[in-house]
Amino acid sequence: MLAGSFASIPLTLFGLILVTFLIGRVMPIDPVIAIAGDHAPPDVIAAVRDKLGLDKPLLVQFWIYLVNLVHGDLGRSVMTTHPVTADIVQFFPATLELATTAIIIAIVVGVPLGVFAAARQGSRFDHVVRVVSLAGQSVPVFVLGLLCLLVFYVKLGIAPGTGQLDVAYEGMVPRVTGMLVVDSLIAGDWDSFWDALAHLAQPALVLAYFSMAYITRMTRAFMIESLSGEYIITARAKGLSASRVLWRHAFGNIAVRLVTVLALAYAGLLEGAVITETVFSWPGLGLYLTVSLLNADMNAVLGATLVVGLIYLILNLLADVLYRLLDPRVA
Amino acid sequence: MLTRRTLLASSAAAVAAPAVLTQARAATPKGIAVMARRIDDIVSFDPAESYEFTNGEVDGNCYRRLIRPNLDDVTKIEGDLAESWTVSPDGLTFTFKLRRDAKFDSGNPVTANDAVFSLHRVVKLNKTPGFIITQFGFKPDNVEQMIRALDDYTLEMKLPEEAEATSFVQYCLSANIGSVVDMKTAMANQTNGDLGNAWLKSRTAGAGPYKLTEWAASDHVIIDTNPQAAEKPLMRRIVIRHVADPSAQLLLLQKGDVDMARDLTSDQLKSVAGDKDLTVVSSPQGTSMYIAMNQTMPELQKVQVHQAIKWAIDYDAIANNITPNTWSVCQSFLPDALPGALKSNAFKKDVAKAKQLLAEAGLANGFAATMDYVNTSPSSEIAQAIQADLAAIGIKLSLLPGDQKQVITKTRARQHQLAMLRWGTDYFDPNSNCQAWCENPDDSDQSKLKILAWRSHFVDQELTSESQAAVRELDPAKRIALYHKIQQQFMERAPFAMLLQQDAVTVLGKGVSGFKVGPMPDYTQYSKITKA
Repeated sequence: MLAGSFASIPLTLFGLILVTFLIGRVMPIDPVIAIAGDHAPPDVIAAVRDKLGLDKPLLVQFWIYLVNLVHGDLGRSVMTTHPVTADIVQFFPATLELATTAIIIAIVVGVPLGVFAAARQGSRFDHVVRVVSLAGQSVPVFVLGLLCLLVFYVKLGIAPGTGQLDVAYEGMVPRVTGMLVVDSLIAGDWDSFWDALAHLAQPALVLAYFSMAYITRMTRAFMIESLSGEYIITARAKGLSASRVLWRHAFGNIAVRLVTVLALAYAGLLEGAVITETVFSWPGLGLYLTVSLLNADMNAVLGATLVVGLIYLILNLLADVLYRLLDPRVA
Repeated sequence: MLTRRTLLASSAAAVAAPAVLTQARAATPKGIAVMARRIDDIVSFDPAESYEFTNGEVDGNCYRRLIRPNLDDVTKIEGDLAESWTVSPDGLTFTFKLRRDAKFDSGNPVTANDAVFSLHRVVKLNKTPGFIITQFGFKPDNVEQMIRALDDYTLEMKLPEEAEATSFVQYCLSANIGSVVDMKTAMANQTNGDLGNAWLKSRTAGAGPYKLTEWAASDHVIIDTNPQAAEKPLMRRIVIRHVADPSAQLLLLQKGDVDMARDLTSDQLKSVAGDKDLTVVSSPQGTSMYIAMNQTMPELQKVQVHQAIKWAIDYDAIANNITPNTWSVCQSFLPDALPGALKSNAFKKDVAKAKQLLAEAGLANGFAATMDYVNTSPSSEIAQAIQADLAAIGIKLSLLPGDQKQVITKTRARQHQLAMLRWGTDYFDPNSNCQAWCENPDDSDQSKLKILAWRSHFVDQELTSESQAAVRELDPAKRIALYHKIQQQFMERAPFAMLLQQDAVTVLGKGVSGFKVGPMPDYTQYSKITKA
């Protein structure tokens, strides 16, 4: 079965590229205008169209793209003038840093909340958790982001503003991983580290809240189902402690399903939280993808979509592997 | 045992810790000015290619040109790298004497050879803004003879075809495209005969007060003092941070984390008006908002319909209610900032008159049409106001919102009925806009001039030839008079309703001053910015 999952990756990616490529070509934006600008005279327009190969038949264009792709060449982005691969290396770490921090917070907070809410179903605690998680799913992220900035940054002054670092630290940390918190640690630059961490806190919390809401609700639903199982009654009848019943027997049984939920939540964060990245001026993949799309910068859009697709595939695969570890029946 | 309470408390503490550990900074570092603006328009910093707002502005502070308009009176052109210059009586030969004390950031002296090289590469590379120079008739095969260095500090430029208005030539040379590039540096970094284009996309090699230190796309631009600059700027570093969201820009400014906010909306400007710590500086721009009426649509071919639409719109209501401080009424194709602008608005909302005009056109019952517009603020709000105004005279407008490039693609393909768009002048001379809106010598798909008149199938032989004559008029006073006449005729009969002109507004933080906004992005000056 695992081998089958591996084998399906190239096919899925091919489909993804094909669809994205076709959407890019039928999009009602002329990519030449995106490059040459609205005011460009006809001869410049023609030269750019020729250079991009847009005069060639669609299939030929697609073939050329595929051949380049196999050679690891995703083409050049119009917007940044750099190769798309270099851009992804530049933009993705910021998203990875943000998404990983957010998902860790979301899991650490969300899963226990869900478990306890289920354990005390109908209690006051359960109601509070429900309100908190419903709010997390319904309040738009940009409202939450701006509200956070307004309260913690403007009014209380305990959090920094937008961006990854204060201007004073800009360009001080040598780039290794692209994740500033990690890079400043590697450099042993504690001032930059605290500054980067402080800048990370708000967007990560906003995203974490959003994810947490989802994780909590799913955990609660799974747990309620699990707690009503006959094996729970058996466990209780055996005289096991309440926490052992809850965690070992009830939670143990939902772990498998939860892993899928968590993997998808993480993938969702990794594709770049466009709105959060915009509000907090976080130079991540979401920002890159949106700006590229609006500029009809098709090489960049294709490249970034490919990365997002890969992330989903890898995390799905990872969830499959974890299934095997967590559930002895799947082997 | 880990109770629920301790678990909750400890996870809450873990989450809150990073926020508590920091103390917010109240000011930007000394010697550094930070501005918040959208910078995702940047494509290239090479002056031969640079054509967007942000890179144009940065280039304007990193490169010097032969000549440049006086920022206090933009109708006057002054020497920049040129100490003096002469124009032959026939208007064909321009001779520039260069100053001898200017140096590039590399330390190389600025010579006439660099200036010649820079103009040659504009013609040879022929990128988007190249037409500003090539429109005089320069081609890769004649430019070497026509633009030459007579000695190390003298440049001679001969116009290959016919004489053009001297002020027109001078304004074109004073645009960003006329920036003087360090030849030695550019050629040392040439790849595949590109005259340094690839290298200069993300670097500068000029003699301006600043040099580009770092550009991270959609994140930040950092420029530092050019160590060789004759006049040292007051701030040693300018950091331009990409802050896409205007509300976030305002928050950063109010907290003192940035010194300038560049893209605040009308609403936000209203809210800062009472704040004594903040200063608002603004300058009218060469950017217009207009409605184009495609002449393929039979109803839109009648002059009375053009007039009716122009009389139906409540210009003042739009400017006062939707775009106060950011866009003001301008009904001419030359915004007030440009030389030759008419500066008078003939139309105001008059429903009875507009209805009568429609009746004269035989459309007393009105008609239905679509209008494409860009789906961002304030275009969306303005489009809705226009829809209501036109409904009052019986024109039923269906609004078609789209992304900016999508609407442009559609109007370039001439597939719109009505379209509301913005247009920025290419260089600081009336010809840029006059040609765009009035000239359409060839309405076919093979036309060499596919600008605004062509895109709406607007063919007016008289306006076309008047515009072509005005750009060649050597007498400055007569030339301005010609443009006044063309603007009047255009208002009366052209299928374009000119609505608004843009004001570039920047809000300066506490103690910040000296920021000079120009009427063109590349005229905006950073070197006098200072902080108390």
